[in-house]
Amino acid sequence: MNPIAHSPHAHAPISIGKVMGTVLLALVPATLFGFWLYGWPAVNLWAVSLIAAIVGEAFVLRLQSRAVKPALMDGSGILTAWLLALSLPPYAPWWIAVLGSLFAVIIGKQIFGGLGQNVFNPAMAARVMLLISFPLEMTTWVAPLQSPGLLDSLRITFMSQPIDGMASASLLGHVKTEFTRGIGLDQALVGHYVPLDMLWGSRVGSLGETTAVLLLLGGLFLIAKRIFTWHAPVAMLIGVAVPALVFNMIDGNHYAGPMVHLLSGGLMLAAFFIVTDPVTSPNTALGQFIFGLGCGLLTWIIRTWGGYPEGVAFAVLLMNAATPIIDQYVKPRIYGRDRKGAALPANKEA
Amino acid sequence: MKLFDLRGGVHPEGRKDLSAECPIRSVPLPKTLYVPLQQHIGAPAAPVVQVGDHVLKGQLLAHAQGAVSAPVHAPTSGVITALGDYAAPHPSGLPVPTFTLESDGEDKWISTETLDDPFALSPEDIAARVSAAGIVGLGGATFPSALKLNLSRGVRTLIMNGGECEPYLTCDDRIMRERAVQIVEGIRLIAYTVGTQEVLVGIEDNKPAAIAAMQAAARGSSVQVIAMPSMYPMGSEKQIVQVLTGKEIPAGGRPADIGVLVHNVATAYAVQQAIRYGRPLVSRIVTLSGGALKTPCNVEALIGTPVEELIAVAGGYAQPAARMVLGGPMMGQQFANTGVPVVKGTSGVLALTASEIGQAEPSPCIRCSTCVRACPVGLLPLEMAAHIRASDLTGAVNLGLKDCIACGSCSYVCPAHIPLVHFFNYAKGDLAAQERAKLKLEATKKLAEARTERIARIERERAEAMAKRKAAREAKERAAKEAAAQKAQDQAASEAA
Repeated sequence: MNPIAHSPHAHAPISIGKVMGTVLLALVPATLFGFWLYGWPAVNLWAVSLIAAIVGEAFVLRLQSRAVKPALMDGSGILTAWLLALSLPPYAPWWIAVLGSLFAVIIGKQIFGGLGQNVFNPAMAARVMLLISFPLEMTTWVAPLQSPGLLDSLRITFMSQPIDGMASASLLGHVKTEFTRGIGLDQALVGHYVPLDMLWGSRVGSLGETTAVLLLLGGLFLIAKRIFTWHAPVAMLIGVAVPALVFNMIDGNHYAGPMVHLLSGGLMLAAFFIVTDPVTSPNTALGQFIFGLGCGLLTWIIRTWGGYPEGVAFAVLLMNAATPIIDQYVKPRIYGRDRKGAALPANKEA
Repeated sequence: MKLFDLRGGVHPEGRKDLSAECPIRSVPLPKTLYVPLQQHIGAPAAPVVQVGDHVLKGQLLAHAQGAVSAPVHAPTSGVITALGDYAAPHPSGLPVPTFTLESDGEDKWISTETLDDPFALSPEDIAARVSAAGIVGLGGATFPSALKLNLSRGVRTLIMNGGECEPYLTCDDRIMRERAVQIVEGIRLIAYTVGTQEVLVGIEDNKPAAIAAMQAAARGSSVQVIAMPSMYPMGSEKQIVQVLTGKEIPAGGRPADIGVLVHNVATAYAVQQAIRYGRPLVSRIVTLSGGALKTPCNVEALIGTPVEELIAVAGGYAQPAARMVLGGPMMGQQFANTGVPVVKGTSGVLALTASEIGQAEPSPCIRCSTCVRACPVGLLPLEMAAHIRASDLTGAVNLGLKDCIACGSCSYVCPAHIPLVHFFNYAKGDLAAQERAKLKLEATKKLAEARTERIARIERERAEAMAKRKAAREAKERAAKEAAAQKAQDQAASEAA
């Protein structure tokens, strides 16, 4: 007979697998849009990322003599690889996806002790590793809607067929390059910044980061499903938009406005799917807000003054490192106690 | 009336419809009843009858002993056939001292006194009668009610708890629907005893019939019946005080610290029965429910009725129960032996199916902080569990372990199915054991010090006595010598003369 169980003897119909599945579901629209936008190479890259993560995770679980099936079935490895794939340049070669996925699940997660133990967001850690190690492959962008055929796409993904003819520049990269040539925003943005296209996602960028609208819808779906709360995403958007607005008003020719920032790079993906990663973010609403705000601010600072055109991944890793400190100082007030933890005074007359 | 906000809380599936429309039924008189000596918080009662005695319904079997205790009465008339160990209604099922009462089938009451005007009694007299009737908190905490009355003289607000936020349970719902007049009289008696003007009856809004019945019964009195939003754990003492008054009970304190007294509505009924009719607490309303029972219902069961006889009243099992629970599913306790008796704190007997329980193997914590959002106290259950897992009790206490009310909200919502409350209760047990060991050590130290001091004192006294004796002896010798010298002098003088 099973041992005596402790209360409660009722449980909400929820599990880790269901949580991860719901997040994956919320990613589907943006992913399908990415497939449509960039064609078969994007599908290849996505599939290679997922397969590498599953195989790699199974392998290290075997090495640790841990049960493979439950750890794989919780869907966290798949989610990590999926997020990484969405953040890669769509025509990146297969080994970028393989290296990134293996790094994410093995170095990013399993080495720390598996699910729930990692300090840094595995997908962002992998992205930063790739960006630093393979800057060329990680910054080779293509214009959308070129629809290479299936065979061509296999050549692009697996045989590193040169894609010079299709190459293009991302908005943030383009602006940064133009600045080095002494060209201001008033000219740099012309032809590159079409607000409506940016909103829908028909722009140059990573596989699944371009469609602000679909990512936003996915995020709102998850907030409605109570997978996470609004605090971290909204704070991150504020963290980017407010300084962008202030500096744009001070010097509009040198500092891009809030809409340019909000709709470009990996911000929308990060705001709704990366900074909401529960493992690497604080555990109170206020803590999550501070965390999101920090991610946003750092993103804007790196984009504006840093060496890299995009700063989302760096910002997230820096704030991941700050998470334990935030958790240490931001705690809810306990019933019957004041903020410092002392018991409230007795007051019979009140 | 304005209600105040609560933090956290969960909305488990109510499942109250299983038994809510079933009026309170009586149970066939059991042949054998088992009445434990301890059915309350505090010291067990001390037996006053002997094996072989014939007792009447309501007769005192064991009296309260110590400051915190409650007497136990015979639930029916019959013969005491044993006073010994019998399985306790507890997860352990361990034997506890229990009266075995063979019913004589007559259910004959002791002679009781019915009062025409219970309000003619003095408050002290009412509290004494409540104490003598063996009434304890029937919401489940089983704290002796008279003690609360005595400790709460002059509170500003009396809160009557009709929240019944536990899923499945409908015993308070039914008693409020069917016996509202008696409950309101009981409430007025309690208010009169502690001398309070403001009386609030909080009932969750998922019990509209109970609210209507109580409002009708309270019309024209100072008793206000208030509908509260349905949320778990609304019926917890700390939460109902906060939602109705906006005040918080200080950590480590009691409601009286902020001028509040909280009683359960079923307790008010028991008070009314004891004061107006002189009937001690010998029965209570019990909800029989769960997907594994054929006909879930509410019954008025004599204290000491074996649970299996109640299950028979509920038509027996529709399917094998995956888990039997005493109390509600959120805070109740699993039990295995259906021979255990109903006691004063038994609000429900649940036979749950596996799908109702919905338990799964625990998986790693993903720090999703759903538990933080659910905690009505403002704790960080995930952090506390991590500290306890690492045997860091001090760390868990610093995070507020002692403020945990064990309501189970965190475990209920945890997507990783981590038994958080189990961790906390384990740690609280460990902590209590440590504190007991510390007290024991201090007591031992005190005793040892006292012994050393006693030995030293005895030595000192002996030495003093010896010195005294020596001094006395010397004085005597000296006196004798002086006397001898005097004598010699006298002799010499007389000789000279």
